Amino acid sequence: MPLLWILILVLAIATVGYFAARTRAMATAGGDSRILHSLPNYYGMNAVLSALVPSLAVLALWLIVQPMYLQSHVAGMIPDHVIAEGSSRDLIMSDVRRIASGLNIAVEQGAMSANEASGLRSELTNVRERLAEVGVALGSDVQPEVLAAAQEYRSIAKSGSFFMLIVVLALAVLGAVYAWKRSHKDFRARNIVEKAVLGLLIAAASIAILTTLGIVMSMLMETMNFFSQYEATSFFFGIKWAPDFRGDSALGILPLLWGTLYISLIALLVAVPVGLFAAIYMSEYAGPKLRAVAKPLIEILAGIPTIVYGLFALLTVGPLLRDYFAKPTGLGESADSVLTAGLVMGIMLIPFVSSLSDDIINAVPQSMRDGSLGLGATKSETIRQVIVPAALPGIVGAVLLATSRAIGETMIVVMGAGAAAAQLDKGLAEAINPLEAMTTVTTRIVSQLTGDTDFAAPETLVAFALGLTLFVITLGLNVLALYIVRKYREQYE
Amino acid sequence: MNDMRIAERATSVTESKISAKGVQVYYGDTHAIKDVDVEIDDKTVTAFIGPSGCGKSTFLRTLNRMNDTIDICRVQGDILLDGENIYDPKVDPVQLRAKVGMVFQKPNPFPKSIYDNVAYGPRIHGLAKNKADLDDIVEKSLRRGAIWDEVKDRLDAPGTGLSGGQQQRLCIARAVATEPEVLLMDEPCSALDPIATAQVEELIDDLRTKFSVVIVTHSMQQAARVSQKTAFFHLGNLVEFGETGQIFTNPIDPRTEAYITGRIG
Repeated sequence: MPLLWILILVLAIATVGYFAARTRAMATAGGDSRILHSLPNYYGMNAVLSALVPSLAVLALWLIVQPMYLQSHVAGMIPDHVIAEGSSRDLIMSDVRRIASGLNIAVEQGAMSANEASGLRSELTNVRERLAEVGVALGSDVQPEVLAAAQEYRSIAKSGSFFMLIVVLALAVLGAVYAWKRSHKDFRARNIVEKAVLGLLIAAASIAILTTLGIVMSMLMETMNFFSQYEATSFFFGIKWAPDFRGDSALGILPLLWGTLYISLIALLVAVPVGLFAAIYMSEYAGPKLRAVAKPLIEILAGIPTIVYGLFALLTVGPLLRDYFAKPTGLGESADSVLTAGLVMGIMLIPFVSSLSDDIINAVPQSMRDGSLGLGATKSETIRQVIVPAALPGIVGAVLLATSRAIGETMIVVMGAGAAAAQLDKGLAEAINPLEAMTTVTTRIVSQLTGDTDFAAPETLVAFALGLTLFVITLGLNVLALYIVRKYREQYE
Repeated sequence: MNDMRIAERATSVTESKISAKGVQVYYGDTHAIKDVDVEIDDKTVTAFIGPSGCGKSTFLRTLNRMNDTIDICRVQGDILLDGENIYDPKVDPVQLRAKVGMVFQKPNPFPKSIYDNVAYGPRIHGLAKNKADLDDIVEKSLRRGAIWDEVKDRLDAPGTGLSGGQQQRLCIARAVATEPEVLLMDEPCSALDPIATAQVEELIDDLRTKFSVVIVTHSMQQAARVSQKTAFFHLGNLVEFGETGQIFTNPIDPRTEAYITGRIG
């Protein structure tokens, strides 16, 4: 692996620079580290940074740019007549890359000499056979133009890698030497290292933000693609969800959105009271010993994979509800129901609500409790009238975060609520029956994208529009939650 | 101590409101209050003074059983309120706290409106027959808390938005609203500036006409200014208890003298 070697070499240069710079700084101070502006290690770290940062940056850039350049340069070498019917330039290019790497492998394994490989001519040698010997399978016989392109590809890649090695190592050495030169007792190495730390932190923060942006952009492109094929109004206001690949799909989001909101609502109806009461018990009534045991136990619920909850819904809750509730009341026949998924999802969400609420209730100052108890209020009056109102903004924030989680949940819905979209066109009773099977936006995204489907059809692309809609909804909820939590924080500071 | 009012303070003889006999308080293994006897008179301001950690706040909190909220705290001995032992199992601490109100060191208004802060106690205890009645109680309490004029136009504003001194007077009004018989104050002015302190002290003097007030304070000047009776605590013992004037001008116990002249504390 030449890349690994480059990295090792650069690191070695940096290490040498570290000790050299450190020693030089110490020498300028006459061996007394108290005279130095910074601790000796900072001079060393400065040398390491000067050696690593520019060289690795160039290395990364080179690794990105070289294949792009190769691609566009070599692709231009392939004349149009080589591209067969039903094929494309991209397919030929992948052949070119395969041949190039195959030749490299052949040379490496000793099946061909380097000269033989570069002087190869498709008229004289059966390249396909020769490469098959070393384990590289080609889809078709090699045409001379393709072979020529592959040779060009090899030679540019080879010289490119060579120059990359030179440039990167040179930069590393230059950086280390520069830092070594500057390592003087008055040099402010500490401040430079401080800046580097800042840079590192900023980089970490930007990766998170840029990834979010990247996700949104990629979804946005496909969504726009979808809306160019399917009318936006029928998507946003359509009350029927019936995709099929014959081209007469109804792709209205409303039935799915209704399913999502309905299941989330039931989940919250379970999770919020149970979670909140558990939090109140934990923070106000439970003794420290009980709390130390019970709180982690509740939080274990958060660690169970949702697929396991799904199994629980499918095997236990669903049949129970059907046999003892749905059938006797005549409200439904199937084990898949909104109620099943909602109940199980609610159990999953309990720790989200309880854990956050517990922290928030604990943050309410003790003086509030004293004030209320001192007026002759009982414990539960104090909780109801002082503590919960004081913690309410934070609790609302916790509930909104749980809501985001509920809206995004997939597995429990697939296994608990079925795959049929709500049938809004069949009337209100059908739509609000909690024992009816229903499905949500997330599960439809999965089902539209999996399977052997045409990726350019609106039936597939709708997944991106659904995803983006969901993203916007949960983003809105999160922003709202953050806003409320922040507003709450100001109250006691 | 050179306050001129001390000597000429009238201390009319009144009946005893709270009578504590042989009170011991333990925090786990720590013996925090050692055999304290105190008589707290009705319509009188009684001050508890003493160095930090001497147990004066602890003793104050035993008077309305606020120590019940601390698990490791045990109280022994008798504390009689109007002749009835408040540690008797028959006594409901919640009812007791309505009769013996408390104002804390740091102003702690609830994050509610000014009106709701004051109406909190009356609502819990069902003291008001209707809305107009409640309005009455709130106004009366705020007037008694000497804060009515400052807040009468913004009763719906949050109580947490007031200044520190206003908040403390709001808390006093809130405690007064439940019509307690005794008002306990745990260093009510320690978080306040001198002007707010003066207002609260004046208020305490007014409250004496209706309640028995017990105040814990670190400031000997404050004890001298507002109280008629003073109790000096030291290391969990009640060292000396008597007329404020006598304690400050002619203390019997050498430790009291050492404390008020600033040699211990």
